[in-house]
Amino acid sequence: MDWINAAVQGILLGGLYALFAVGLSLVFGTMRLVNLAHGDLTVLPAYVALMLVNAMRFNPFYSIPITMVILFIVGYLLQRGLLNFVVGRGDIAGVIVTFGISIVLQNALLLGFTANSQGLDAGRVENLSIKINERLAVGWLPLIIFLMAIVVITALQLYMNWTKMGRAFRAVSDDQEAARLMGVNTKHVWAVALGVSLLIVTIGGVMMGIRTTFDPLLGSQRLIFAFEAVIIGGMGSAWGTLLGGVILGVAQTLGAQAFGSAWSILVGHVVFVIILAFRPQGFLAKTVTA
Amino acid sequence: MSLLEIENASVFYEDFQALYDISLKVEEGEIFACIGANGAGKSTMLKTIAGVLVPRRGRILFDGQPIDHMPTHQRVELGISSVPEGRRVFPSLTVHENLLMGAYRNRKGPWTVDAIYELFPLLKPLRRRQAAGLSGGEQQALAIGRALMANPRLILMDEVSLGLAPVVIKRIYEAFPTLIKNGCTILVVEQDVQHVLTVADHVACFLEGRISLMGKPGDFTPEQITAAYFGV
Repeated sequence: MDWINAAVQGILLGGLYALFAVGLSLVFGTMRLVNLAHGDLTVLPAYVALMLVNAMRFNPFYSIPITMVILFIVGYLLQRGLLNFVVGRGDIAGVIVTFGISIVLQNALLLGFTANSQGLDAGRVENLSIKINERLAVGWLPLIIFLMAIVVITALQLYMNWTKMGRAFRAVSDDQEAARLMGVNTKHVWAVALGVSLLIVTIGGVMMGIRTTFDPLLGSQRLIFAFEAVIIGGMGSAWGTLLGGVILGVAQTLGAQAFGSAWSILVGHVVFVIILAFRPQGFLAKTVTA
Repeated sequence: MSLLEIENASVFYEDFQALYDISLKVEEGEIFACIGANGAGKSTMLKTIAGVLVPRRGRILFDGQPIDHMPTHQRVELGISSVPEGRRVFPSLTVHENLLMGAYRNRKGPWTVDAIYELFPLLKPLRRRQAAGLSGGEQQALAIGRALMANPRLILMDEVSLGLAPVVIKRIYEAFPTLIKNGCTILVVEQDVQHVLTVADHVACFLEGRISLMGKPGDFTPEQITAAYFGV
């Protein structure tokens, strides 16, 4: 029963990883930009929410929609003001600039909030759980996060498939120059893509802040988890990313169950490497070439 | 006033000069053909009109307005639409979605998805298929349909007959009068001279980045055109 419990916790954890990962995948898909600051940009919304909660004295859940709007604007301006200049200039330019943003963000957060762990207090819901039997209980909060991941991915798929902007994302991803010849302002489209990416990341970042504590240096680990989820699931497939997140989450919790909690992250990485070796394209990759 | 005027345009790729002082005028409602061998600068000129390349010297006027520093997407807004070389349809999008991308700027005019399916009936049964799976001729029809969806005043067509079966080329050229009737002006670039000279109102022959001959196709003997084309 302990093993089943560990597996269930792992699946729920996977939803959180997917919330971090779909934004990374969206940005890479639309502009071929490897965003090394993505991990730190999952930490930033938790601090934005913390400031809002401190100022307004409301439940952190209410801060989520406001933080989403703020992070969308941050993403849009970051892309228009800086990252648009590196898109299409080779992989290295993007990697260097986003690595720089990552360092700036980490240090800005350290300066503003110190290295101490912070938390967002959502009250009773943090400790409520559904008891299935004596040894298996599912926490409400992890369950809510997982359901949110499913809602977000469904919404993202609908947005990509049925809206004009979603169609433009896919067209730009296929062929930038042809998209411009159709009248698409690629600079605007990329900025919206980063905005949407950060808007999604906000949900995961704030929920994680409610579930556990956070500090300014968490970003790099989250970046790796997000990469792993995307690669396991396969590029270009949001449901694949959810699957990748779940596989990674389950590997970590079962690893902890088998060898002790110190092993959890290492077991996750080992499972990732094994999958990368045998199925480098991921499980649900969607790639189309002309 | 001409719809499109190019005045002394010189265009470079880095240090390499591709066009030398090109000047030409395209009148509203005509078919203007640019012919020439591979590398003569025809496609470079279309890319300059579309805004992919910027001339280092000279001007481009569209409807009397200078556009040479306007980004590509704003030129589409003005009514300049492209059928790019190599078709460049969006492979992961369906035929229908490709057509909708053409209408991205929402310009008003006669061309709708239904009008395109009427012009190229072969596309209609393929509407839900991904463009990647289409044949060359189907992709070319789609690329033209997509450009028309912008309801352009000027449509730039780059090598529309390249790599296509003669029967398909014939069908594409048969669509030209319908385009003109609906208010389009066509600027077409071709290496294959035969077809295009039967429909063109004016022709310019490009040779090594310069115009070697320009006028009405009927005014030239085949020998003159051959000489201008190959530079012999």
